[in-house]
Amino acid sequence: MSKRLEQGGRLIDRAKPLGFVFDSNRLEGYAGDTLASALLGAGKTLVNRSYKYHRPRGIVASGAEEPNALVGLGQGARFEPDQRATTTELFDGLTAMPQNAWPSLGFDAMAVNGWMSAFMPAGFYYKTFLWPRAFWKHVYEPVIRSAAASGRPPQEPDADRYEHFHAFVDMLILGGGIAGLQAALTAGQSGARVLLLEQTPHWGGRAPVDGYEIDGKPAERWIAETLATLEAMENVTLRSRTMGAGVFDHGYALGYERVSDHMPGDGAIRHRLWKIRAKQIVTATGAIERPLSFAGNDVPGVMLASAMRDYVVNYGVAPGEKVVVVTNNDDAYRTVLALIDAGLEVPIVVDARDRNDGPLAREAMRRGVAVECGAAIMKVKGKKRVEGVMLCRANGTGGAGAPVKCDAVAMSGGWSPVVHLWSHCGGKLTWSNENAHFYPDPSRAPTGADGKPFVSTAGAASGAMGTGSVLTDAASNAAEACGAAGYAVTASAAQAVDAEEVPMKPVWVMPEQALPELRAKMFLDFQNDVKVADIQLAAKEGYESVELTKRYTTLGMANDQGKLSNINGLAILADSLNAEIPQVGTTTFRPPYQPISFGSIAGEARGATFQPLRRTPMHEWHERNGAYWEPVGHWRRPYCYPKQGESHDEAVVREVLATRNSLGLLDASTLGKLIVKGPDAGRFMDMLYTNKMSTLKPGKCRYGLMCNENGFLSDDGVAARIDAETFLCHTTSGGADRIHGWMEDWLQCEWWDWKVYVANVTEQWGQIAVVGPNARKLLEKLGGMDVSKEALPFMGWAEGELDGITARIYRISFSGELSYEIAVPAGEAMTLWSRLLTAGREWSITPYGTEALHIMRAEKGFIMIGDETDGTVIPQDLGLGWAISKKKDDYLGKRAQERSHMTSPERWKLVGLETLDGSALPDGAYAVGEGVNANGQRNTIGRVTSTYMSPTLGKGIAMGLVHHGPDRMGEVLRFVATDESVIEAKIVSPVFYDPDGEKQDV
Amino acid sequence: MSEAVTALGGASSAGPVAQVEERALQGMVTLRGDLSELAAAVETVTGCAMPDKRRIVQAGDKAVGWMSPDELLLLVPYAETSQTVAALEEQLAGRHHLAVDVSDARASFRIEGPGAREVLARLCPADLSPAAFGPGELRRTRLAQVPAAFWMEESGTFTLVCFRSVATYAFDCLAGASAGEAVGFLP
Repeated sequence: MSKRLEQGGRLIDRAKPLGFVFDSNRLEGYAGDTLASALLGAGKTLVNRSYKYHRPRGIVASGAEEPNALVGLGQGARFEPDQRATTTELFDGLTAMPQNAWPSLGFDAMAVNGWMSAFMPAGFYYKTFLWPRAFWKHVYEPVIRSAAASGRPPQEPDADRYEHFHAFVDMLILGGGIAGLQAALTAGQSGARVLLLEQTPHWGGRAPVDGYEIDGKPAERWIAETLATLEAMENVTLRSRTMGAGVFDHGYALGYERVSDHMPGDGAIRHRLWKIRAKQIVTATGAIERPLSFAGNDVPGVMLASAMRDYVVNYGVAPGEKVVVVTNNDDAYRTVLALIDAGLEVPIVVDARDRNDGPLAREAMRRGVAVECGAAIMKVKGKKRVEGVMLCRANGTGGAGAPVKCDAVAMSGGWSPVVHLWSHCGGKLTWSNENAHFYPDPSRAPTGADGKPFVSTAGAASGAMGTGSVLTDAASNAAEACGAAGYAVTASAAQAVDAEEVPMKPVWVMPEQALPELRAKMFLDFQNDVKVADIQLAAKEGYESVELTKRYTTLGMANDQGKLSNINGLAILADSLNAEIPQVGTTTFRPPYQPISFGSIAGEARGATFQPLRRTPMHEWHERNGAYWEPVGHWRRPYCYPKQGESHDEAVVREVLATRNSLGLLDASTLGKLIVKGPDAGRFMDMLYTNKMSTLKPGKCRYGLMCNENGFLSDDGVAARIDAETFLCHTTSGGADRIHGWMEDWLQCEWWDWKVYVANVTEQWGQIAVVGPNARKLLEKLGGMDVSKEALPFMGWAEGELDGITARIYRISFSGELSYEIAVPAGEAMTLWSRLLTAGREWSITPYGTEALHIMRAEKGFIMIGDETDGTVIPQDLGLGWAISKKKDDYLGKRAQERSHMTSPERWKLVGLETLDGSALPDGAYAVGEGVNANGQRNTIGRVTSTYMSPTLGKGIAMGLVHHGPDRMGEVLRFVATDESVIEAKIVSPVFYDPDGEKQDV
Repeated sequence: MSEAVTALGGASSAGPVAQVEERALQGMVTLRGDLSELAAAVETVTGCAMPDKRRIVQAGDKAVGWMSPDELLLLVPYAETSQTVAALEEQLAGRHHLAVDVSDARASFRIEGPGAREVLARLCPADLSPAAFGPGELRRTRLAQVPAAFWMEESGTFTLVCFRSVATYAFDCLAGASAGEAVGFLP
């Protein structure tokens, strides 16, 4: 059983005990602990259940690679699932729950899955539950989902704040072990701007635990001195608790800073996402130890040898009192020595190599430890914790093992450089036969826009395994990267020697000839319950690609992305395929290196700043006066202004009738306003619009259509000619930015020699429509401009001062009534709005919203972009042939509109629709014809594009696109509602109200 | 007559190391044209020399900022905007250009305090280190999710402009960013 040692623990402060709760047990740890070390210190060896079989699982690692110890951390608004106990710093009051156990860790009802494991082989998701089909949705999926329970989503809004931060540096160094520190020192001396990130709260990585000497002093002292030197350099920034999360094109990298995870609720932001641009990136990400594949290697108490050393030395925690060490390399002997130093018992070292007379093994033997070479663990005894191991010959089948009693096993299968960040942006790998690992190939580095490398590696991340090599590699690679960033410096590494070690021996299965029964208990991927037998089965079933094998077996998926399992898994795959490991290759390394919080990605984008909300100058007035909002792009426009006790429908009816009968007021500020100016402005306008705009006289307005190059109607609006060289184009509210970009696109890319400039002045103007038979009287009452029919006729515009406010008045109408659209500087729009309201009281002036606007335009048969158009409709479909110039050689969309399908008489065309019973047709309803189509669906012959109950006419009116529509006036069509009821409607003219346009032209 | 108002009526927010405040009305003119032909007109109208790329030049109560290879932003007192446009028209008569009043299309903010650089660095993907960004520098960039431009005065104060309709959003973002402690990366 694991326990806290009486002494030791370089990172903990025994004077500061901290209370925490795990799985409803109150426990105690120390300041400086991780949740994992505190759990082990409190005797918690069993911390979770596995994902698929619900096998008991303990802590395997001491860092980011931990696959098992995932917890739901915190409560309520600070609950977060999938938190790794090994990277969670302990704080007072921490609460954590194991994620996969139900009803409890000790008794898990789902553990039955373990007995069933023979029936849950590789790819079982794909092949087991195919039949019967309906069972998938109702039986298999819900059962599997609840059984394979990982983290639960939080139920409350996140209580914390997050932020982004943009940083620009010459040299970004990712990883603060001795290699990262050496690289930063070299880079710092070059004068480059340096940012060094370290994911843990501590600098120096493994070196203090491993007990190396650097520059003739203990590693710990060299680290402290180097840190002090770096901190004194103005051009160097050090950041702990900040992980290099991803490396992207053009020297872009993400850093994930966990600012206050270790002191939640203290008011500081929780996470900061660093968005970094670096000239050169050096990854000093170290290496991760690999597990060994022997039967029962997942029983709680089996741990990576290096992790065990970390717990003893860093936290004063013994993962067991009697520890069997199993290895294929010399590094595990350092764990043996650390355990002996801590007063723990090592009954035997099981060394898979045939012989070992290296200095580390000799030292272990000198300390009285038995070393058995050429040996293997046949299997681990115990279910919820290690009770012993059975030993056998390394090259055998695993029969007739010899028992050894122990309560923990330390395993080491060799070391793999952390190549993730190197690989994110395309860095390639080479296989080392000597160390049985992939390491970065500097000749195939990620390259930038100039074709030159922008990522390099330092230390163990390069594949350098000895202390001296690590430092030399870091200094020289950093110096080279500095040179590439424009800061020449001579590499000068701190002095250290590589320890003498006996070569490792690759061991992928233990024992080598293990029988199937053993292979079925050898876990490769602890997190996803993938075993040696699963990979071998996948290979037999034809999975040769490592990427496909990953998806089929789930090897290396999910939260840890196979940090422990990948190399072992692909070695098994290679062996099964009789291929070399490098030929099988690795799966793709994708960012982030470890999961990062959604909060950090969102940054400031939550609450009021979730998305920009565009407000007109009258927005607050609308809000105060009860506007019911409609989103239009990022704008909010009043849909209607319901009064006390009034429904939205009632409000809309009131607004329409008040406008038609007397006087209405509309905030039209959102309307797009684009200035087009230059000697070629007329020519440009003729290309943009389907009709002729160049002939428009200054002082006049013209309605126009814009199509895309495929001929489809894209936007519409009224253009006004300001002077000989200048037009003002009104676009739809949602279309202003898009049409502005469209104009710039043509001017910059196609007609770059045309003399035209465009400016988007949408927001310069507040625009107010004064609409209704009394509109003129109101403007005359305000005074300042002649708005008579003679001075300002329909489709004219004038400039002047209206009641002392500089204004442009456009006599245009989207309602069919006498209407003036008044544009004033945005800063004065609210003033004008108030004055209009006050002066208009005598005519019961009524502000109206977008729904009244829509109804009034539909009554007039005016189309609406987005209602009558959907990206497949051409102006000719809408009876807008009159707005298409026949005289122009060209306009955008002209050629497309001449294609056979566009000129086909079979296209659906716009008509008005009037139900026989006076009701309003359902929006989007289809008119059905005779027979069925090739798919057995009822043939359709038309559809509703706009439909309203007209307050003016007291009946339902609609527009729709109908096959041969205009030729079928008076015909009755059958429309089917979603409840399959049938509504009959007669084809009529789309202009329901004032067809001769007498009311707007008075 | 009427009194024009800014979008937010001078809203302000003070954080531990930076303050944000909406500025008073500011005359702004967008001038597009071949920059190599505009220098004389710009100097006559504003007293400012043509700014270099990503720079802003100030002279008295006027300034000229570089916005793109064919666009300048002229800053003048709000009351002088229309006469500035008229003066440009006169100076540039017969030469292809576009001068338009955009004073009311914008909101502008002052960001100051020891943490001002870091406030902007939280929201804008621009290099705000003193080596890259000092007085007279201007960036046309984005502020969180909206377009913005900002520059630095001699005093170290930043001025940021954005579209008027998103003034509340920009202010909320800036106020949120200035509510934090120093990041400790920029001086």
